[in-house]
Amino acid sequence: MANLGSYEDQLKSFSWKKAEEELGYRAGDDINIGEYCTDRICRMGKKDKIALYWEGFGSEPKQYTFDEMRILTNSIGHYLRKLGLRDGDRICIFLDRVPELYFGFLGILKMGGIAQPLFSAFGPESLITRLEDARTRAIITQKKHLPKVRNIVDVLPALEFIIVVDDDGSKPLRAKEHAFHMDKEERVDHFDIFRSKAETPSVLHYTSGTTGKPKGAQHVHYSIISQYITTKYVLDLRDDDIYWCTADPGWVTGTSYGIIGPWVNGVTQCVLDIGFNAENWYKFIEKYRVTVWYSAPTAVRALMKEGDEIVKRFDLSSLRHLCCVGEPLNAEAVIWSERVFGKPFHDTFWQTETGSIVISNYPKMKIKPGSMGKPFPGITATVLDTQKYEPVKTGTVGLIALKPGWPSMFRTYWNNEATYRSKFKNGWYICGDRASIDEDGYYWFVGRDDDVINTGGHLVGPFEIESALLEHPAVAESAVVGKPDPVNMEVVKAFIALKPGYQVSKELNLEIINFIRKKLSPLAMPQEIEFVPSLPKTRSGKIMRRVLRAQEWGEEVGDLSTLEND
Amino acid sequence: MSELKKIILDYVKKEYLEEGDDTEITNTTPLISGGIVDSFSMVSLKLFLEAKYNISIPDAKATPKAFDSVDNIANLLQKEFNIQ
Repeated sequence: MANLGSYEDQLKSFSWKKAEEELGYRAGDDINIGEYCTDRICRMGKKDKIALYWEGFGSEPKQYTFDEMRILTNSIGHYLRKLGLRDGDRICIFLDRVPELYFGFLGILKMGGIAQPLFSAFGPESLITRLEDARTRAIITQKKHLPKVRNIVDVLPALEFIIVVDDDGSKPLRAKEHAFHMDKEERVDHFDIFRSKAETPSVLHYTSGTTGKPKGAQHVHYSIISQYITTKYVLDLRDDDIYWCTADPGWVTGTSYGIIGPWVNGVTQCVLDIGFNAENWYKFIEKYRVTVWYSAPTAVRALMKEGDEIVKRFDLSSLRHLCCVGEPLNAEAVIWSERVFGKPFHDTFWQTETGSIVISNYPKMKIKPGSMGKPFPGITATVLDTQKYEPVKTGTVGLIALKPGWPSMFRTYWNNEATYRSKFKNGWYICGDRASIDEDGYYWFVGRDDDVINTGGHLVGPFEIESALLEHPAVAESAVVGKPDPVNMEVVKAFIALKPGYQVSKELNLEIINFIRKKLSPLAMPQEIEFVPSLPKTRSGKIMRRVLRAQEWGEEVGDLSTLEND
Repeated sequence: MSELKKIILDYVKKEYLEEGDDTEITNTTPLISGGIVDSFSMVSLKLFLEAKYNISIPDAKATPKAFDSVDNIANLLQKEFNIQ
């Protein structure tokens, strides 16, 4: 029997209040995500239960009980306070998936800080943008990434503390830098946890848009209500499960369902901190007897590419429930997983701003392969037309919209209230994705409603890449669009017009690609560049990305009446 | 073959390690599964090899496994293009 029971019954009886009651929360109570995921679980009698099995490349495997996690998160919170950090300070976590990332996240929340996780592959420009906007006071990093931080610290006056978790003393630390060794630090059994309330800011996740710089979606401690109940009902986690979420906590899936969701449910999770390798992934599932696996369609398609034979070499019989998030899960991937694992992947839909799953396929509910599923009980969703923002008829494509009010909804964009407000139309939150609803109430994803590129489940803003491209001496103008890709759904493609005196060559192509990879991130790196004499523009000089995008996707270009020199 | 491996190894160190990162990389170090070159960046490594040796590596051959170490890459280039 699934935790959710019957989806239809839940639709009638569900209320967020029920989730609050299960967690023992009443309006006005203190609510701290760090406390709920550690101390509370220990009080429930699970202090000796394993909270985390961890394996990294070239390191000895580690494991931590809930009580050890409670103490270590206390120690981190205590250390941060001792340094002089206070509640409300933005504290960035810029780490690979090491245990310090997971416990650091909860430690920051316990001391009242706002956790700002950033993907450790980000380059200096991406870091500056996000740390400058948040006026981040401290960054927790590791030796490997310290050079990147050192290169930018001088342009970030608000950044006062650089905490290095694996400093070995071989090279002297510089001003502002502090060595912190979680396993050797003072073990703090009793910690004065910050008495946060429902609306106290907790997490700041940056997300990309079509225009302007990335925006910091700000969440609050009350989000844990949504994360708790969706983990229980959608991921179907139970007390004896071993759970594996493959997402990096630099992105929202890695925090909502890679930290908060499993641990507030008191469930053991495991983390594998290595690059993608099918054999190693299967070996990991076999070794830890993983029962519930939450991954990304890109990863599933990459596994599909490796074939069926390799799967047979491993005992994956422990797998009980499989879910996916990031971009639409194609029907072939659902059918493939059913064939090779004996279980279908269940697609889930949500985004940084929603903080938790809002539309999903549920255990025991019939899956229509390729569909996003149905709205989570407690979420009012619909599809709106693009003119009056009113619900469309069954089968008509429109904008996915949600009625505001669920606990984990973002509360604002940091420093950008105007953009936050612009996301609401006619009383609905507009997700920015297009879909239709069929006669059975299933949602079917069509695509983004803007120019944002979804590559491997990560949103990349074309403006940020185009701005960076213009800093290359050879680039006169550029336009960036998503190009179809069989594994990543979309990859970044750049159209570039060169400045006079520069010639197209393989070397220049590679130089520009590497320029973006290092400046922004591998995700933002164009996988392909097309050199063009000029870019399509409107008569007012605005580059028409949609023309280029339509060309890539083989779609109709649409109205070209404003095209210059057509 | 040793010259080929040296070229690849030098390029990987120069392009995929941060300045000041003293991670030791050898011909057998796992590049993809070791997290030194991620699956997105693998494209830039492929483009480097194509530009350097004026070849075109089919996508089907450019797998994470084939690119997972300097040795693997050198073997691929030798087998497919007879580059020593």
